[in-house]
Amino acid sequence: MRPFEYTRAQSTETATRDAAGGAMFIAGGTNLLDLMKLEVMAPAELVDINRLELDRIEETEDGGLRIGALVTNSDLANDTRVRRDWPVLSRALLAGASGQLRNKATTGGNLLQRTRCLYFYDRAMACNKREPGSGCSAREGFNRILAILGTSEHCIATHPSDMAVAMRALDAVVETVKDDGSTRRLNLDDLYLLPGDRPDRETVLEPGELITAVVLPAPVAGRQTYRKVRDRASYAFALVSVAGVVAMEDGRITRADLAFGGVAPKPWRDPQVEALLVGQTPSEALFEKAADQLLAEAEGFGANDFKLPLTRRTLVSVLTELTQEART
Amino acid sequence: MTEHFKMDAPATDRRLDDMAQGLVGAPLDRPEGPLKVTGTATYANEWQVEGMVHGVMVRAPGNSGRVVLSNRNDVAKMPGVLSVIQDDRLLRNPAQGTANKAPIQGPQQAAYLGQLVAVVVAETFEQARHAAQSLMVRLEDGEVRPVDPATAAVEPQDDQTLDQGDLDAAMKDATHSVDEVYTTPSHSSSPMEPHASIASWEGDDLTLRGSYQMLKYNRNELADSLGIHPDRVRILSPYVGGGFGSKLGLAPEAVAAAIAAQELGRPVSVALQRPQVYEATMRRSETRQRIRLAADADGRLSGFGHDARVSNLPGEVFAEPVLQASHFLYAGKNRQMSLDLARLHRLCAGSVRAPGEAVGVTVVENAMDELAQKVGIDPVELRLRNIPETDPESGKEFSSRRFREALESGARAFGWADRPGLKERREGEWLVGYGMASAARINALMESQARVTLQPDGRARVETDMTDIGTGTYAILGQIAGEMLGLPRDRVDVVLGDTTLPPAAGSGGSWGASSSGTSVYVACQAIRRQLADRLDVDEKDLLLKDGRVTFDNQTKALGDVLQGDEIAKLGHVEPGDTSTAVRQATFGAYFAEVAVHAASGETRVRRMHGSFAAGRILNAKTARSQCLGGMTFGIGIALTEEIAFDPRDGHVANHNLAEYHIPVNADVPQLTVELLEERDDWASPLQAKGIGELGICGAAAAITNAIYNATGVRVRDYPATLDKVIAGL
Repeated sequence: MRPFEYTRAQSTETATRDAAGGAMFIAGGTNLLDLMKLEVMAPAELVDINRLELDRIEETEDGGLRIGALVTNSDLANDTRVRRDWPVLSRALLAGASGQLRNKATTGGNLLQRTRCLYFYDRAMACNKREPGSGCSAREGFNRILAILGTSEHCIATHPSDMAVAMRALDAVVETVKDDGSTRRLNLDDLYLLPGDRPDRETVLEPGELITAVVLPAPVAGRQTYRKVRDRASYAFALVSVAGVVAMEDGRITRADLAFGGVAPKPWRDPQVEALLVGQTPSEALFEKAADQLLAEAEGFGANDFKLPLTRRTLVSVLTELTQEART
Repeated sequence: MTEHFKMDAPATDRRLDDMAQGLVGAPLDRPEGPLKVTGTATYANEWQVEGMVHGVMVRAPGNSGRVVLSNRNDVAKMPGVLSVIQDDRLLRNPAQGTANKAPIQGPQQAAYLGQLVAVVVAETFEQARHAAQSLMVRLEDGEVRPVDPATAAVEPQDDQTLDQGDLDAAMKDATHSVDEVYTTPSHSSSPMEPHASIASWEGDDLTLRGSYQMLKYNRNELADSLGIHPDRVRILSPYVGGGFGSKLGLAPEAVAAAIAAQELGRPVSVALQRPQVYEATMRRSETRQRIRLAADADGRLSGFGHDARVSNLPGEVFAEPVLQASHFLYAGKNRQMSLDLARLHRLCAGSVRAPGEAVGVTVVENAMDELAQKVGIDPVELRLRNIPETDPESGKEFSSRRFREALESGARAFGWADRPGLKERREGEWLVGYGMASAARINALMESQARVTLQPDGRARVETDMTDIGTGTYAILGQIAGEMLGLPRDRVDVVLGDTTLPPAAGSGGSWGASSSGTSVYVACQAIRRQLADRLDVDEKDLLLKDGRVTFDNQTKALGDVLQGDEIAKLGHVEPGDTSTAVRQATFGAYFAEVAVHAASGETRVRRMHGSFAAGRILNAKTARSQCLGGMTFGIGIALTEEIAFDPRDGHVANHNLAEYHIPVNADVPQLTVELLEERDDWASPLQAKGIGELGICGAAAAITNAIYNATGVRVRDYPATLDKVIAGL
């Protein structure tokens, strides 16, 4: 860890101003501190935002929920409104990390956590995300946990969050404030960038821009689930995960909001998959077609080739479960 | 005052059974347990030594070439930095268990990626770590070196070759046969406590606070590495946060701390960083094992073949001994075995959690399951039919063997009779199956010494350099001494982990309890004889209980017999003729129920049972815990554990606890353990055999066999991760 300056922010104004000047925000620090110890990240200055009053969960006028950026993963997972109306989010949170980590990790920090690509964490290995232009040693290395969708020749890292996958399925919107006081709202798809030729750039957030909240739209009808497939029963990142909100009416699918984790550089959502399902009668053939669509451009890199069949099987299984439940 | 005992004849007198205190075998708590769970047991890296500074080690970025520290001078000037040390005495490889001399030194030539080549010392740990991370290590004049066992050159291990009868003919004539290749990956010991040492010198005398399993060997390894006399070295290791083989031999940090402390004239603490534990201590070799079984129509074996390939670095003689239990577990008069050692440039291979049997018995038990399926009989019955009368190669008798009882009793306890047919049971999306496997592990008694002092106040003190690596040594040595001397457990003090104390066998190879326990027993017998002499009675007529001596229809307090004197005896046991006169091994059986998700291929172990026989059980609680630990790591071998090597340079890609998947609580269901009553007179005067590793020796096969029962998928390439399962679903 390199020596760094530390400031405790008293307001979003000072926090964003410090960050615009080069400081990095720290909240729970569950990922950043590890990265700093390894010197994969070496900010010269940290601005601690934990004292900002961004730790509340409030109902919005239209029946949704505004989740402060500093709400911990544990508090969010256990919120009775979330458990009742957005269970996919609660399940996703509880599928992630461990109890101790969830007690520290925050909503905003979870969204901005870095990939778990093993080559990103090892400074002896080439990594375009850590050191642009140095190359990607993961492509031909041990890439079991890495992406099959949205990759580029420069990077095949995945985004490791479970929470973000559920939020993506729920059409959550991120609220931010910049150092000039202006605010903006971004849906999760727009928040994240695909790696392209600059995998070090992961979001559209500007220097000094702070996530203040995540807003969930009003709950929708339908069944919800989060299915996480992984190499051990707990404390492992998703190989594949599916967040699904599926509604049925008169034997036909009327809603199929599906987001995927463990397969792409960001929580993955494919409108064409959903369009293909909505209006149809559920059947295995239909689900297979949806999987065909989802995986049309998927590409494995050897050790992660199995993610293609695994994603297919998991999607079919989740859709079967959600449509069967909806019919009974 | 030394009482010497050589194990040349079976100990049929079974003196422990005559004792009255009732401690041996009792499920007593570990006396040091409260210290450990309250954070007050001081582990190696936790000592605060006056004037101590900190060292952090630096690795080679490749597996070949000469090490050059490009910016050494700049790093040496960084804040707090005291020294950047390269030294030919630093270890290139860690020491193998019981090496007793320096391992391969001279890390300035890289042999594997991760090799520790230098140590940076600074006033604070943070300064040292930052400086170490700033040090640029380059390798010059390197070459491309083999890292893949499939293509590396192999050296046949001639002393491991067996050719008895004609296996090829037996395979040809067999009604049923199995000829399959199984592979297991490299495993890491992954102790919770990283390897850590604090070295301090007083003149020419070195004290090392370390985390080691076998101190008498470690002392000699350290002295030899430094080129000094062993009398100058003291190692303290009272608490060890898990070793699992990786702390049997000296590791790089100890020598680095000693050299740095000498150079700086200050105590130096060096702890390996977590990735360094994975990259620079020990791995279990990956294995490729071909099993051949030839059987008649009833499943009786006429032939047994086991041919394996394992690997290690050039210059290392250790070859994962996967054939060990194959020599005696099952019958079959035509037998063929061989072991090849591939030479490659992955980190050093050595002892990890039951070297040999953990993966050797596992694949044999998979093959037996395949044979049972072909013959069409119950897998338990197949094993029962193939228990050999005597050792199938030497013809020697078994010292004790409740193998049949373990199979039968385990099957009853588990409810094996309800085993579903192949692919028969489905619960929603979960496919449910049962599997079983046998357990077997060789047994050994090793030289060991302990001093027992019966004090005038009626307390006893046991002293030995034996270690407790979380296994229960403090508990059982106190129980043995208390039993023999008639003292409640809380009136016996046990002092361990200090090389100034009598040298013990050390913790490893499952031999620690019976070997060091015997040395305590021998010392106590000598004390009993001296007490008897004082009272002018025969030792056998002496009854010691609760600090009182009963003899000739009278009872005296121990203090009155001692009359202010203390009696101190050094017990010294050595293995003898019983090691070779008979075949000594421990046995058992595992039963597992798994559920496999029909879509994802994820396997969840629902319950698991083990029945084990390992001679006299010294402490029913710590013995059970050992078995639970073994079965838990069996789940790891079956489902999750694998060192992932980068195919290009052989480095450990998953070098941390997040990505090297030890089973977590959610992976481990209710485990039940049955310990069968047994006395092994040939093993030791305690009639005890080793139980430390038995719980893992075949356990994984019960799970993969259950996966087959549930799904019809045979995973022969461990671990049975979901990708391999869905490939067959």
